[in-house]
Amino acid sequence: MSEPILSEIVIEPVTRIEGHAKITVFLDEAGEVKDAHFHVTQFRGFERIAQGRPVHEMPSLMARICGICPVSHLVASAKACDEILGVSVPPVAVRLRRVMNLAQIVQSHALSFFHLSSPDLLLGFDHEPASRNILGVAERAPDLARDGIAVRKFGQEIIERLGGKRIHPAWVVPGGVSAPLEPEQRDAILATLPDARVRAVRTLEWFKANLASWVEEASVFGSFPSLYMGLVHEDGHAAYSDGELRVVDGDGHLLVDKADPKPYWDYIGEAVEPWSYLKSTYYKPLGYPDGLYRVGPLARLNVVDRLGTPAADAELAEYRARLGRYPSSSFQYHWARLIEILHCIDMLEDLLSDPGILGTDVRARAAVNRREGVGVSEAPRGTLFHHYRVDGDGIVQWVNLVIATGHNNLAMNRAVLQVARHYIRGDQVRDGALNRVEAVIRAYDPCLSCSTHAVGQMPLEIDVVGPDGDLVRKMSRPGR
Amino acid sequence: MSEVRTLVIDGKDVAATSDQTVLSAAEENGIHIPTLCHLEGLSDVGACRLCVVEVEGSPKLLAACATRVEEGMKVTTSSERLVAYRRNIVELFFVERNHICAVCVANNHCQLQDQARDLQLTHFELPPLHPELTVDATHERFVLDQNRCILCTRCVRVCDEIEGAHTWDIQGRGANARLVCDLGTPWGSSTTCTSCGKCVQVCPTGALFEKGRTVAEAKSRRPYLPYLVKAKRQGS
Repeated sequence: MSEPILSEIVIEPVTRIEGHAKITVFLDEAGEVKDAHFHVTQFRGFERIAQGRPVHEMPSLMARICGICPVSHLVASAKACDEILGVSVPPVAVRLRRVMNLAQIVQSHALSFFHLSSPDLLLGFDHEPASRNILGVAERAPDLARDGIAVRKFGQEIIERLGGKRIHPAWVVPGGVSAPLEPEQRDAILATLPDARVRAVRTLEWFKANLASWVEEASVFGSFPSLYMGLVHEDGHAAYSDGELRVVDGDGHLLVDKADPKPYWDYIGEAVEPWSYLKSTYYKPLGYPDGLYRVGPLARLNVVDRLGTPAADAELAEYRARLGRYPSSSFQYHWARLIEILHCIDMLEDLLSDPGILGTDVRARAAVNRREGVGVSEAPRGTLFHHYRVDGDGIVQWVNLVIATGHNNLAMNRAVLQVARHYIRGDQVRDGALNRVEAVIRAYDPCLSCSTHAVGQMPLEIDVVGPDGDLVRKMSRPGR
Repeated sequence: MSEVRTLVIDGKDVAATSDQTVLSAAEENGIHIPTLCHLEGLSDVGACRLCVVEVEGSPKLLAACATRVEEGMKVTTSSERLVAYRRNIVELFFVERNHICAVCVANNHCQLQDQARDLQLTHFELPPLHPELTVDATHERFVLDQNRCILCTRCVRVCDEIEGAHTWDIQGRGANARLVCDLGTPWGSSTTCTSCGKCVQVCPTGALFEKGRTVAEAKSRRPYLPYLVKAKRQGS
C-alpha cells in the first residue's frame, strides 16, 4: 500500500485566538465520504468551578462563560436562582431583564451576521482569505459594514446603560435586577432605536435581494428536515426570556407544546462522544441520534405561530412564502437572524415606551428556600438551561448547563457531513471546501468559547481518514 | 506619660509623642503609607507587612504600624526597594488563595484590590497555589469565604477588642493558617458570636460578607469603627 498523502495548507497572516475546532472526514472503500465529525477540543469546566460557591454569586459567575452572550447566562442563571430563593420577581424587573436579553440578542446577532458571516456572503466563499473579513466588507460595501457596527453598538449600549458596562454587567441578580432604569437612560435608548431599525431593515433587503446567489450553499449547508425547539408564549408568539417549550418536526407536527420547560430532562437527553468535549443533546422520545433537533433563530421562526410585532411578522410572512413554512436549510439561520434583529428592536421599543418600565420595585430578596432550581431563556443561539442544586446554606453542590451549541451539535455534525459529501471525493478536496465547512459551522453561530466569534478565521483542521483508519489527507489552518 | 519626639519622615521634620507609631506620625503629617491589616481603632499586629519602611541605621525593614517613634529617627516611606517589597507582598496574598476579583462579592470595594492597583501590580510572576478552600455559609446572615481571606486578623481583633466576644481565631501556621470560629466549629453553630456584623464591616476583602450579596455588592462600612472605640472607652 502506498504511503498516505499528507499535505498541509497554512494560511497567513496568523494571530492567536481562543478555541479550537477540528473536523474528521471518514471515507469508505470506494473513497466516498462515509461520516464526518465536528470536534470541539476545548474544555471549560464551569459546571465544576461553580461547586462550592454561594448561590447568589451564580449569575455573575456563570456570565463569565462567554464574553459575547454573558447576558443570556445572567438571565438563565438568575431565573434558576429565583427558583432556589422561591421568590416572585417584581414585574418591572421581569421586563427589565427582557430588555437586556433582547439587546443581547441584537448585538450578538449583529456580530454573527455582519462581522463573521457577511464577508463570506458579500465577497464570496472563494474570496482570498486575507481580505475575507469585516475590513474587506468595509472596503467593498462600506454601508453594510457601518450598519453592522452600528446595530451591534446599539445593542451593546443598551446593556451598558442598564448594567453599567457592556460585557459582564452584574446587574441581573437573583430576585430581579440590582437597580431600576433611569429616565434619561430610557430616553437615550429610545433616541437611538429608529436608526437601528433603519439599518436592520436595509440589511434584510440586501440579504433578500442576494438570496439567489447562494443557492448552491443553501442546498447543502445543513439542508435536512429535523425537529425544532424554542420558547413561545401561550398565544404562539415568540418568547425570548420566558415562555413555554414547543418542539415541532419538519412537517409541523407539534411534539411538545405548552410545556413547562423546567423539567428539560423529560424532553432532552445528553449524549457524550469520545471525540468531542461538547455534549450532544437529543429529543428523548426519539433517542440518540435520531432525536436530532435544532435551536436558535431558524428553529425559533419555525416553532412560533407569529413573532408578535407587525414589521417582523411581515418579514416572517415573506420568509415563509419564499422558503416554505418550515425552512430546513441551516443556511437560512442568517435570514432568520436578521428578522430576529428587527423583531427584537420592535419589542425593545414596546417595552421601553411603557412608562411602567421606570418602576423602582425591581428586586425581591430572600434566603435559600429550595434546594433545586432550573432557569430557562432563549440565548441568541437557542434555548439555554441552567440547573443548580444547593445545600441548605445555599452552597452550590451540582450544576448542569445545557447550552444552545450543545443542542445544535448533532445538526452541526450532520451539516458538516453534508458539505463534506458535496465537496470531497476521496483525497480530492474541491477548492473552497475548507471555507464552506467553516461557513456551515458559522451559520449556526456556535459559541465554542468565542472561537468563531473572534475577527478572522477559527483554527480548523480537517482529517480525511480512509477505511483502514489511515490518514489520507490532512488540511489545517491556524486561526488569525 | 508620653513625651515629645522629633524625627524625620521622607525629609520632613515631624514631631510626635513617644507612644505614637511611625505610621500614626506619618499619617498625622499627611504622609501616606499603604496598609492592609491596620485599622484605626484596633490594636496593631504587623501581620501584612505592607507598611514596611526604611529606618536609617536599621539593616532590616520595619513595619510602620508596629514601630514606635524615636528621637532623631530618619524614616523613608517610599523607595524603589520598598515598592518592590510591597508589590511582592500583595502578589503573595493573591497567589496564596483564590482571589478572583471579577466574580468576587467585594469587587471594586476591596482594599487588597486597591493596593494591587496602587502598586501597579498588573500580573503575577509567582504560580498561584489554587488551594481547595471552603465557604462557610452556615450563619444565618453572614458568609465566610476562606478563598478570599488574607489573614489580616482585623475580624479577630474587632471581635475581641470591641465586641468582646472573641469568636474568631487563627488556627495553624504558614500556608495552613485558617480563620476559625469558636475553635473550629461552623459559624452557624457558634455559641459566642453575637451576630453583630463588625467582623464583616472591617474585612478588607470579600472573605466576610453579608449573605445574599452578589458580585461587587459587598461594601463594608469601615469608618464607623472609631465611634465605637470612643463609645466603648467612654462607657468603661
